[in-house]
Amino acid sequence: MPNRVLDQETHRAGGAVVPPVGLGPTVVRERGQHEVFCGLTSIVWLHRKMQDAFFLVVGSRTCAHLVQSAAGVMIFAEPRFGTAILDDRDLAGLADAHDELDRVVDELLSRRPDIRVLFLVGSCPSEVIKLDLGRAAERLSSRHGPDQRVVHFSGSGIETTFTQGEDACLAAMVSQQVDRLSKADPQPGQGVQPAELVLVGSLADVVEDQFRLMLTDLGLTRIRCLPGRRGAERLVVNEQTRFVCMAPYLAETAQRLESLGCRRIPARFPFGLQGTTDWFLAVGQAFGYASDRVLHVIKPAQRRAQLALTAMRPMLEGKRVFFFPDSQLEIPLARFLAEEMGMKVVEVGVPYLHQAMMAEELKPLSADWRVVEGQHLEQQLARCRAARPDLVVCGLGLANPLEAEGMSTKWSIELVFTPIQGFDQAGDLAELFTRGFARKARLARRIPIRVAA
Amino acid sequence: MKLTLWTYEGPPHIGAMRVASAMKDVHLVLHAPQGDTYADLLFTMIERNDHRPPVTYTTFGARDLGKDTAALFQDAIREAVEVHQPKALMVAASCTAELIQDDPAGLSSALNLPIRVIPLELPAYQRKENWGASETFYQMVRHCLIGIDPQAKRTDQSGPTCNILGFMGLGFRHRDDLKAIEELIRAIGIGINVVAPWQAGPDDLQRLPLADFNIMLNPELSESTALYLKRQCGQPFTQSIPIGEQATDAFVREVALLAGLDPDQAVLRARQAQPCRAAWYAASVDATYLTGKRVFIFGDASHAVAAARVATQEMGFDVVGLGTYSREQAKLVREMAAELHLEPLITDDYLEVERAIAATSPELVLGTQMERHIAKRMGIACAVISAPVHVQDFPARYAPHMGYEGANQLFDAWVAPLMMGLEEHLLKMFKEDFEFHPQAVASHLGVQPVAPEVGQMAGGSSSSASDGELEAALAWSPEAQKELGRIPFFVRSKAKRNTERYAQAHGVSMIQRDTLYEAKAFYAQHR
Repeated sequence: MPNRVLDQETHRAGGAVVPPVGLGPTVVRERGQHEVFCGLTSIVWLHRKMQDAFFLVVGSRTCAHLVQSAAGVMIFAEPRFGTAILDDRDLAGLADAHDELDRVVDELLSRRPDIRVLFLVGSCPSEVIKLDLGRAAERLSSRHGPDQRVVHFSGSGIETTFTQGEDACLAAMVSQQVDRLSKADPQPGQGVQPAELVLVGSLADVVEDQFRLMLTDLGLTRIRCLPGRRGAERLVVNEQTRFVCMAPYLAETAQRLESLGCRRIPARFPFGLQGTTDWFLAVGQAFGYASDRVLHVIKPAQRRAQLALTAMRPMLEGKRVFFFPDSQLEIPLARFLAEEMGMKVVEVGVPYLHQAMMAEELKPLSADWRVVEGQHLEQQLARCRAARPDLVVCGLGLANPLEAEGMSTKWSIELVFTPIQGFDQAGDLAELFTRGFARKARLARRIPIRVAA
Repeated sequence: MKLTLWTYEGPPHIGAMRVASAMKDVHLVLHAPQGDTYADLLFTMIERNDHRPPVTYTTFGARDLGKDTAALFQDAIREAVEVHQPKALMVAASCTAELIQDDPAGLSSALNLPIRVIPLELPAYQRKENWGASETFYQMVRHCLIGIDPQAKRTDQSGPTCNILGFMGLGFRHRDDLKAIEELIRAIGIGINVVAPWQAGPDDLQRLPLADFNIMLNPELSESTALYLKRQCGQPFTQSIPIGEQATDAFVREVALLAGLDPDQAVLRARQAQPCRAAWYAASVDATYLTGKRVFIFGDASHAVAAARVATQEMGFDVVGLGTYSREQAKLVREMAAELHLEPLITDDYLEVERAIAATSPELVLGTQMERHIAKRMGIACAVISAPVHVQDFPARYAPHMGYEGANQLFDAWVAPLMMGLEEHLLKMFKEDFEFHPQAVASHLGVQPVAPEVGQMAGGSSSSASDGELEAALAWSPEAQKELGRIPFFVRSKAKRNTERYAQAHGVSMIQRDTLYEAKAFYAQHR
């Protein structure tokens, strides 16, 4: 990789950036307090996508409290996530904990016979006490199978940051829900055709359908999504199967698919007009379609995106943006804001930077970008205050305090919950960043109040 | 191991954060894994604070576990002290750090910091949030009084003074309850020495012994501190919780007696300062229909017990269920339930509460955020009386539940969700009339047919009748309709309206899937 990485871990502090040389931005690594979510939070959107799945966290009251706080009001519909809260007795002896887990899962599955996949989600406490949830999942799968499968992944804060929970979940699904057909295998049964293209990453249904339709127009027919709308659905792949990641945080999933012989299509992530265009061109090229043909298919959608973005651009152009680390979407989103909306990027914090996954995004970036991997909260806040950017993209724990200091913020979790991929969402994506400015402008507007002389 | 879908209380370190966030010049260092910072947003979003809670987390990851998490903890302490310059530092471990057994007390004392360090033991696998808050407050006070003469009294003789104990961050109506109580105390002619932990610094805590007595307003959060101050400084404390008119009377009398003042005079002055309209409202004929309304009450112990008293004695309701999730204070609820000849419900499982509500079929539920949702699902009226609460129960307006003003607010808050008496009467009398059937919309809004769900409309049918002139010209293709159905319901009607307006303006007779997005792009540009 052409990108230089400065590892400053040894002295915790961020500090000096070495003058950039070569291509791409310089990446600084920072250690200190991380103001980020753990991977458990991804349950909040994953359970909406896979409607036959239940997510059972094995953890502490803190885990339950986190998921409840992150899920907000969603918890009150018949929830498809919960926590098996460890107590003193579980900590005393591990054999006992496995019996306890079996009892809780029995109770849960008998109450919810509609559940087809139960995800046992590891947490910090369960990992520190080394509760073997992988083994528990196997045991419970054979006990409740074949109708109800049990799959394990970790969403702990010590292992995963926010969206990495989705990566861990999908990677576990690749191991357990994906079948590989090779040439040597006997002719598969009817209807079991290996996917030609797999879209990897949880997408809003409306976005998924848009991509499917355009790809179908291009001539691709056997398209599957991971995750599908049913978690119990099995996905069949072979050596010809290509996959493309819809978000940058799916490195582990990508690696497992590659180990099954599938090949990843390197592409920029489909944010904005340019990102989505490049994405379609990359996918088209991987399947041997001429770029003319791809451009013909996407042209109407491109035009619509252009219209919407042109309207938004004046509100963002020339403004300076600062990203705190959160989801790993920061780099492609900053790229979109810089390239298509004319914003100036002050600093891009990322919780984690996977160079290979991000290669297509990093290549065209200017060398003077400051990319910071990891976090030292106080120092990053100090840099942010000193830079006084026009817009700060940050988490909910920082947003109001920074607003109170007179900065404009965009809270980042919304970028994960809102459909933002593709042409017809490009305007919505830009709008997420303009909304705060529009609101400030409205609140600043003063209609004179007439008073008696 | 217990299957939990919703919890009434967070872990005990959240309680410690509540004390820290209430105080001045105090910082809390939590030994906690990456991700535990989620708790910050309870303070910045739900309580809507304009500053971060004064908490630093070590946020260790898996790779730190193989190394020296103890050193990480010490580094975090050093940095927090340097950056935030607190006068006192609390150190504690969250649930995961409790398992890795770094010792917050030992590690922090080894640093020889020039400030007071208060190590907290928060057993995360046995205890919960309120216990954590209570314990933290108690430890904070205990440590700050080290080296202070507990019997020291004021030298000036300007009249009796008291401390107000127990108001803290994320407390249900704490901000306004404090204001209401301060108003009453001042009206009676008593001075306020220290309010703690709310807005108090460690120096303020050192002045606690100077007061003549303490006012304890929530046993869940402050009883252990009140008991400690009684032992240590000989300060008696109030036991009555001034929620409701009669309880406020009792409270004012209790305070007056502790201060050596005439209780009747005190009640008179307090009522003058804070007029109580609730009693007259409840006595007025309009309220007659409230008689015997069946009410189910659940919340923390002190709010549940207070609500039961107000419901029976001041509103004339029938309490048909009473319970709490506060096991530590369950005795209070048991006693009140016995008075009312009820079986108390002591549980932290909302499904049990849901079953109890269903079994008692109340007309009004008084509870927490969770009971609000249960009641909504069952179509029962509901008002919130206790934490945990969501953002709407940290209102911008002045909204105490304590004192005489609190009694006024309770009357409004509990009656508002119930149907007005006359309305109820009419609905019963004319329930067979077409205008009064259960699905009818309010008649003064004009008759509006319920719009059919877009997804359920037959393929290719024209748009709904309410759109008048567009009806004849515009048709939706099945694909376009399906796409429209995918748009979140709260913006769907706007999308539909815009699309049809766009189609009409552009001479499109059959709305296709693309038309929907053409219109979206068009209006994005012309907003």
